[in-house]
Amino acid sequence: MLCIVWLELAEVDVELGGRAVVRGASAQVAAGELVVIVGPNGAGKTTLLRALAGLVAPAAGTVRAFGNDPARAPRRVVAKDLAYLPQHVELAFPFAVEEVVLLGRYAHQRGLGLASAADLEAARTAMRACDVEHVASRPFDELSGGEARRALLAQAMCQGARSLLLDEPTAGLDPAHARAVFEMVRARCDAGNAAVIVTHDLDLALRHGGAMWLVAGGRIAARGAPADVLGSAATRAAFDLEIHVGALPSGARFAVPA
Amino acid sequence: MRLTAKRLAVTLAACVVACAAVAMLAPLVGVTLEHRLEILPPSAFDPASPLHELVAVRLPRVLAALLLGAALSGAGCALQALLRNPLAEPFTLGISSGSSLAAVLAIQLGLAGWGVNAAALVGAIGTLVIVARLARVGRQLPPATLVLAGVTISMVCSSISVMIQCTADFADGNRILSWMVGGFDSARIADVQLVAIPIGVALLGLIASARSLDALAAGPELAASLGVAVGRTQAIVFGLASLLVGLAVAVAGPIGFVGLVVPHAMRAVVGPDHRVLLPASMLGGGALLVTCDTLARTVLPTHLPAGAVTAVLGGLFFLGILVARKRKASL
Repeated sequence: MLCIVWLELAEVDVELGGRAVVRGASAQVAAGELVVIVGPNGAGKTTLLRALAGLVAPAAGTVRAFGNDPARAPRRVVAKDLAYLPQHVELAFPFAVEEVVLLGRYAHQRGLGLASAADLEAARTAMRACDVEHVASRPFDELSGGEARRALLAQAMCQGARSLLLDEPTAGLDPAHARAVFEMVRARCDAGNAAVIVTHDLDLALRHGGAMWLVAGGRIAARGAPADVLGSAATRAAFDLEIHVGALPSGARFAVPA
Repeated sequence: MRLTAKRLAVTLAACVVACAAVAMLAPLVGVTLEHRLEILPPSAFDPASPLHELVAVRLPRVLAALLLGAALSGAGCALQALLRNPLAEPFTLGISSGSSLAAVLAIQLGLAGWGVNAAALVGAIGTLVIVARLARVGRQLPPATLVLAGVTISMVCSSISVMIQCTADFADGNRILSWMVGGFDSARIADVQLVAIPIGVALLGLIASARSLDALAAGPELAASLGVAVGRTQAIVFGLASLLVGLAVAVAGPIGFVGLVVPHAMRAVVGPDHRVLLPASMLGGGALLVTCDTLARTVLPTHLPAGAVTAVLGGLFFLGILVARKRKASL
């Protein structure tokens, strides 16, 4: 199988405030791949994702995204390849949802950035995919937690990037919307895009993830097919919990703490 | 509501009309009716003519107030976006206190005329450099450290100014006071000519950064991932805003709260989108400062400094916000 590496970490160390948060991380993400990152709180998952997005420069090692160092390349160039959904976002001013989503088009606009027909179409498609079209004109800061999450996901989707880096996209989402998010990202990856998702939704990660990285203590402690990683001794040690991977009568798999 | 070219044009046209109306009416306030009906005969330029006051005294101060109101309000709006704090303004960042202190020191050193104005400008930019250096973390200017550094520098500068004023003789003390509460009593047309072009260019520069400021409302990290050159935008906007405030203080002394009240009010009217909010704030700021200055020279038999009127306005404004927030919190 021809495998084009889009994102690459080589022996990456990241320090935050003098503390080593990520240590010796090496990994690759290829076109069409959906990688899920799991691990206990404070393990370094978010920092690893931020290093991939070029939002924090590694203390050692190299990060490559589409041939560039994302921490040094012009942000407008990086933004056309990588869309990043942070864990927490607070808007300083009461923008409407549609305006928030349209900001996803920033990298494609010039000057005052009045929305073109193509921008509007991209925003509408993304809002429909994330089921926030009905709240398009509401102020963003009046949305429920789950709706706000989906609105920001719509912003990342309409950025038109080939690679999505999503930090807990399903936090606060009801089960139906959470599943819809993973299905949507899965469909994009099947169409040739790539995605890296940090999540605590082990069930969805198991069902939709192509590869899984277990991050513990700042290191990538295990990697492979989701079912194998979740059932591994490394996962049990990292969470201090046994994860049981099973199958429903329908054949669908599930993961629960045993 | 999404910003379209049509909505942008209509909103700005309305602001321009309102601002122009205020600016054209203001010079006439305080002139008797018969003078108003004449249309500037040559005698208007004769110092003995009553119309001389209109042309030589009121016109420059209205133009100065218009220009400086736009500068202060545009700078305030941009700084609020940059600091992600709707209550930020040039004066909370210490720029005005530093600028006043420089002017006060210049007076103490025996400078007069343009020397004092130049000192005020240098003071504004010098304070900015110190505040930015104090606040800088890595390549970014985090709002929290910026406001903390600004308030610290502001307090230090103000207290030194007060100490100097207390020890100065009567005449110098009065001159110093005019550099602690700004106004337009001594505005000259030459001042307006000197600062009009740099202020205009800086205002256009801020408008050109409007879309990046919109993205920064979501925080520097998300803005960067959307494609904004965060460090560069912060440096440009912070630099332009300080230049605007420095020029304003150099012409009229420190005039507070215009940069706070106007963007806040305009945001409620035209929405948070900086592509329309920034120009609307500039026009609104010009109109408000002209109004405040007109009040300052007409409500009492003696002229008040415009800065005193805007300070009262600012106090009432903060009170209004406090009451509104308490009411909202108790619901």
